[in-house]
Amino acid sequence: MATADKKAESQAAIDERGRRENAARRARRMAKNQADAMPVVEASGPRQQRVVEAELISPAPRGGIIETIQQPYLLRLIVSRQLAQMYAASLLGLAWSYVQPAMRFGVYYIVMGFILKLHRDIPYFALHLFTGIVVVHYFSETWSGGTRSIWQNKALVQKMRMPREIFPVAAMLVAAYHTMPQLLVLVLCCVIIGWHITWSAVAAGLLGLAILVCFSMALALFFAALNVFYKDFQNIVSTMLQFMHFMVPMMYPFTRVYAMHGDHPILYQIYMANPVTQAVLLFQKLFWASLSDKDLSAEFPPDLWVRGLITLVACAGLLWLAQRFFARVEGKFPERM
Amino acid sequence: MTISIQVENVTKEFTMQYHRTLKQMAVASLKRLPLQEKFLAVNDVSFNVEQGSSIGLMGLNGSGKSTLLKLINGVMRPDTGIIRTRGRIAGLIATGAGFHPQLTGRENLFLNGAILGMSEAETKRKFDEIVEFADIGKFLDTPVSHYSSGMYARLGFSIAVHVDADVFLADEVLAVGDRPFKKKCMAKMQEIRQQGTTIFYVSHATASVRAMCDRVLVLESGRLNFDGDVDEGIRYLQYDDADDDEENEMDSELGADV
Repeated sequence: MATADKKAESQAAIDERGRRENAARRARRMAKNQADAMPVVEASGPRQQRVVEAELISPAPRGGIIETIQQPYLLRLIVSRQLAQMYAASLLGLAWSYVQPAMRFGVYYIVMGFILKLHRDIPYFALHLFTGIVVVHYFSETWSGGTRSIWQNKALVQKMRMPREIFPVAAMLVAAYHTMPQLLVLVLCCVIIGWHITWSAVAAGLLGLAILVCFSMALALFFAALNVFYKDFQNIVSTMLQFMHFMVPMMYPFTRVYAMHGDHPILYQIYMANPVTQAVLLFQKLFWASLSDKDLSAEFPPDLWVRGLITLVACAGLLWLAQRFFARVEGKFPERM
Repeated sequence: MTISIQVENVTKEFTMQYHRTLKQMAVASLKRLPLQEKFLAVNDVSFNVEQGSSIGLMGLNGSGKSTLLKLINGVMRPDTGIIRTRGRIAGLIATGAGFHPQLTGRENLFLNGAILGMSEAETKRKFDEIVEFADIGKFLDTPVSHYSSGMYARLGFSIAVHVDADVFLADEVLAVGDRPFKKKCMAKMQEIRQQGTTIFYVSHATASVRAMCDRVLVLESGRLNFDGDVDEGIRYLQYDDADDDEENEMDSELGADV
């Protein structure tokens, strides 16, 4: 038994040696062929001494999002690259960022307003709806764009060293670039109708923006990393985003949601825990609620500010966690693509 | 002399995933097949490189040369061990630069320059020089996906060599170029070598390694088995064997087929 084992072992060793010899022969032949093909240029002149004033550091520092922001020129190039790629061979170009929300707005306005008669309960229903559409549009584009961003830049990720957070961050900036015109339309409508803007409304808008940016960035980072390992996640994200329009109070008044908080407290809390809901409410406070002279405080939750601040802290925490996760798995990206 | 690259007990392990979908995984685990396998691409490698020396990195295919360069470049991180480098690193890994296929040569030039740490002004200043060296003419404003492999390599090499890097990595870059371009590249590399840039040169061509390098590292299945003089390294690899005659040629051809 023992001798058989030994025999098998030595056979394996011989096989191994044979394989290595063959490989060496192949390499030698290749070397010979290449040696003919590769011209030899001898060094000429004296060697200079080069003084490098940098420190001895890791070639792959974990700079994260902060390092990304420190390289505005590179970030700008990547954002413009992304935009150019999106509108390559497109007739309408940037106009698409008007067409799509405009159509969505039209459909919701007709179905929810005229058919389901929801516009009777809400003054300036069109702007109530449009504010929500703008917020959700920015959120959706950041999340889905960020999730795909690493795969889309596969060629760069595999060969060049850079803070890889730059791709989700660029996706967020692209989304902001697309949302900007819609925001302008929204502001313009408000100004025409008559905007009674107050400091607390501005504060609400800023809080809403902070929540939106933190939350969407956290999701973009986290899912961008997951999507490298399992591409299912980009489908999961687009499925979840289809429900987003119905999960925020834009087609229906918030009073209807609030009415159920007595009977279904848990459902109500789940609904309100969504940071996008918070952001939509806070933006409505700035745009929609400032249009009317009437007191619309019944249209908002009584604990709007406390909830908003808690949500912001939670979202900042999520962003920190997402960054930690990203930095942890980022080293494995090139080998998994 | 100052240390340019420091590599200490560096190990990099790759996981090979055999089955990607849940269904395949379920079938494989029922059949008791391995779901994944790990292997060490770089195994406990340590060395130091002084600023200005040029290193020939040799070894058979699959011995971990490209992985080691990716670790030095910062594209990958080692699982264990420490890598430290000094200054700007440029170069080409695994025959080609990181270009975005849909972008034109010009856009890729700017993007690549920015990633390597060049400012907009610096790129503009060197633009003409880079384009002239790459010699891609009117294709500059064509997407790089339409480039021939030679043009692709030329542009990549030209950018990397003009970055004024402190460490230059050349990983079999010149395998696809034609002879005049190869000659131009070797001359350019000698030039940056004289300027005191640290060079990592991967090649199987012994004559060109002899001309270019001061020191040779030999990797074998991820291990650093030789570190030292150029001629000894080449002898260690047996690339210069005298018995490499007709008979062996036939053997190796058979070997390749078996």
